[in-house]
Amino acid sequence: MSVLVVVECDNGEVKKSSLEVASYGSQVAQMLGTTATAVAVGEATEANLATLGEQGISKVLHDNDSRLKDFVNGAYTKLIAAAAQQESAQIIVLANSNIGAAVGSRLSVRLQASLATNVVELPKMDGGQFVVKRGAFSGKAFSDVILSGERKIIAVKKNSMEPLHNAGQTATVEQFSAQLTDADFADAPKQVIMQEQAGGILLPEADKVVSGGRGMKGPENWNLIEDLAKALGAATACSKPVSDVDWRPHHEHVGQTGITVSPNLYIACGISGAIQHLAGVNSSKVIVVINKDPEAPFFKAADYGIVGDVFDVLPKLTQAVKELN
Amino acid sequence: MKFLVCISNVPDTTTKITFTPDNKELNKAGVQFVINPWDEYALTRAIELKEKLGGNVTVLNVGEADTEPNIRKALAIGADDAIRVNAKPTDAFFVAQQIAAAAKEGGYDIILMGKESIDYNGFQVHGMVGELLGIPTVAPAIKLDVEGNTATLEREIEGGKEIVEVATPFVVSCQEPMCEPRIPNMRGIMTARTKPLKVVEPTGEAARTQVTAFALPPKKQGVKLIPAESAGDLIKLLRNEAKVI
Ligand SMILES: Cc1cc2nc3c(=O)[nH]c(=O)nc-3n(C[C@H](O)[C@H](O)[C@H](O)COP(=O)(O)OP(=O)(O)OC[C@H]3O[C@@H](n4cnc5c(N)ncnc54)[C@H](O)[C@@H]3O)c2cc1C
Ligand SMILES: Cc1cc2nc3c(=O)[nH]c(=O)nc-3n(C[C@H](O)[C@H](O)[C@H](O)COP(=O)(O)OP(=O)(O)OC[C@H]3O[C@@H](n4cnc5c(N)ncnc54)[C@H](O)[C@@H]3O)c2cc1C
Repeated sequence: MSVLVVVECDNGEVKKSSLEVASYGSQVAQMLGTTATAVAVGEATEANLATLGEQGISKVLHDNDSRLKDFVNGAYTKLIAAAAQQESAQIIVLANSNIGAAVGSRLSVRLQASLATNVVELPKMDGGQFVVKRGAFSGKAFSDVILSGERKIIAVKKNSMEPLHNAGQTATVEQFSAQLTDADFADAPKQVIMQEQAGGILLPEADKVVSGGRGMKGPENWNLIEDLAKALGAATACSKPVSDVDWRPHHEHVGQTGITVSPNLYIACGISGAIQHLAGVNSSKVIVVINKDPEAPFFKAADYGIVGDVFDVLPKLTQAVKELN
Repeated sequence: MKFLVCISNVPDTTTKITFTPDNKELNKAGVQFVINPWDEYALTRAIELKEKLGGNVTVLNVGEADTEPNIRKALAIGADDAIRVNAKPTDAFFVAQQIAAAAKEGGYDIILMGKESIDYNGFQVHGMVGELLGIPTVAPAIKLDVEGNTATLEREIEGGKEIVEVATPFVVSCQEPMCEPRIPNMRGIMTARTKPLKVVEPTGEAARTQVTAFALPPKKQGVKLIPAESAGDLIKLLRNEAKVI
């Protein structure tokens, strides 16, 4: 019996969300008195995979088939299933990402495993039952869920675990081949188009986010959002009406019908705080609201607030960050 | 071309979520149930494709009789017929088995779903159905076009998108901006009443997960307001007090 963690890599580096997954997996292994092995997907380098030792991972399986660089559902599922078989893994931990959830759901059927996505805490053993806590109702609630059966798959929500810092520990990287054939790549993408990221920071992975709403008045004013984001090393986001009218690209839209973010810091500028917007951001650790209307509902969900005009406040904040650095 | 659109029945997005006193179930009192917003994209896109290519759109819901008003609404928007699998949808795997069984029986070319159900936020039924049927799943897709029996899709990935080509049959989970969801018109509402709605009994294995308790997120302490004149102080608080920068 062991724990298998799936780590996603990008440009040779392990994604931050996958460090959290590795940390989760090794802590579960410790609870169960076993070890955690990782299997890498995406573009990985051996040197970087070895650093997973810091997350309590002893061994990393790496298939250097170059076709695995981009996400291919069929191939990734087969690779991870083969790794789970080899390691007799009873628990598989992955990120609650577009990749992790897509692979996890297929694996759960193939391996006859129970599956919980959007998991926010380490499991509890409760009267012989394996119980995980997961987000439900779009961030408006949590649920405790029993995972039954021999095998369990857990998709961990971003930013809900701290990476470990076992300085100096390294993992051994082992070559692994899942004997993938062309048929496994039938759903390979024809083309991959990456977005221009403001400041190079990916919104779903960001730990700081500066977000703008209709109160920003127009796309020509977004330099105020971008300047603050740049000074903070934050990603930029927006409310739905802003992307609906094309002030900002659709992939920046957060909320119930956009993407869900859970950064350490979310700064909302000129956003009223509609319930559908809050659903996508309310698991952020610290929420700052800047709005000229003291009655804006967002203040009820905020930790810090400034009642004021964004055009006056944002430059002051950017200046203050620059002075601090 | 035969389209199967799967819809879940969820609390309206403005619902203030509360639970029954034992915290085991959603308190449904005063809650309005709607078609899962993402499933509206799946439904509208299926209808658009049918209008272009010809064929038939079937909607399917796994749920008890109280979901029928929303199934009728889907028929009013433009689906041709409907199936309700008569069961309480206890978890994603249970639901996926019902959809896969119906899909096998009906021989659909494209099975459309929403990105996720906004009640349990599983983001998993589509992958499970694809695996149960041994066909590809493309999730989440922001674009879907069909030519002959090949579809071209744009799949959203973290930080970008992939262009994917798959042959039918396949499963796709839809999200905006795939299309502009339609609302029912008067004629649609009238004709929906007489469109066929078949009720079938569930099959397959039991659920693999079980919710034992719900909880609301911890309440915020209350907002700390900083005067606009000294906005820069906020940055100091974020560094020294909240320790997030
Ligand atoms: C089914 C459904 C799903 C939805 N999903 C989403 C979703 O995923 N994400 C989302 O964001 N919305 C979503 N919405 C829309 C949501 O209900 C709100 O309409 C939307 O969030 C409002 O966006 P906003 O706050 O930018 O604009 P507004 O509500 O117009 O708010 C603008 C705010 O800016 C303030 N303001 C104006 N000028 C200034 C200034 N100079 N300085 C400071 N403040 C200023 C105003 O006081 C106001 O509070 C959804 C709605 C529905 C029905
Ligand atoms: C009274 C009641 C109690 C429930 N209790 C639970 C519970 O305790 N635990 C639990 O996990 N679920 C429960 N559900 C079911 C829940 O509504 C979902 O149907 C199911 O769990 C799948 O959720 P998901 O978030 O995993 O779906 P996702 O994987 O997020 O859904 C993706 C897509 O699958 C399709 N889909 C999902 N559900 C259905 C459905 N029922 N019928 C047709 N298509 C569907 C939709 O197209 C949806 O967009 C309950 C539902 C009701 C009405």
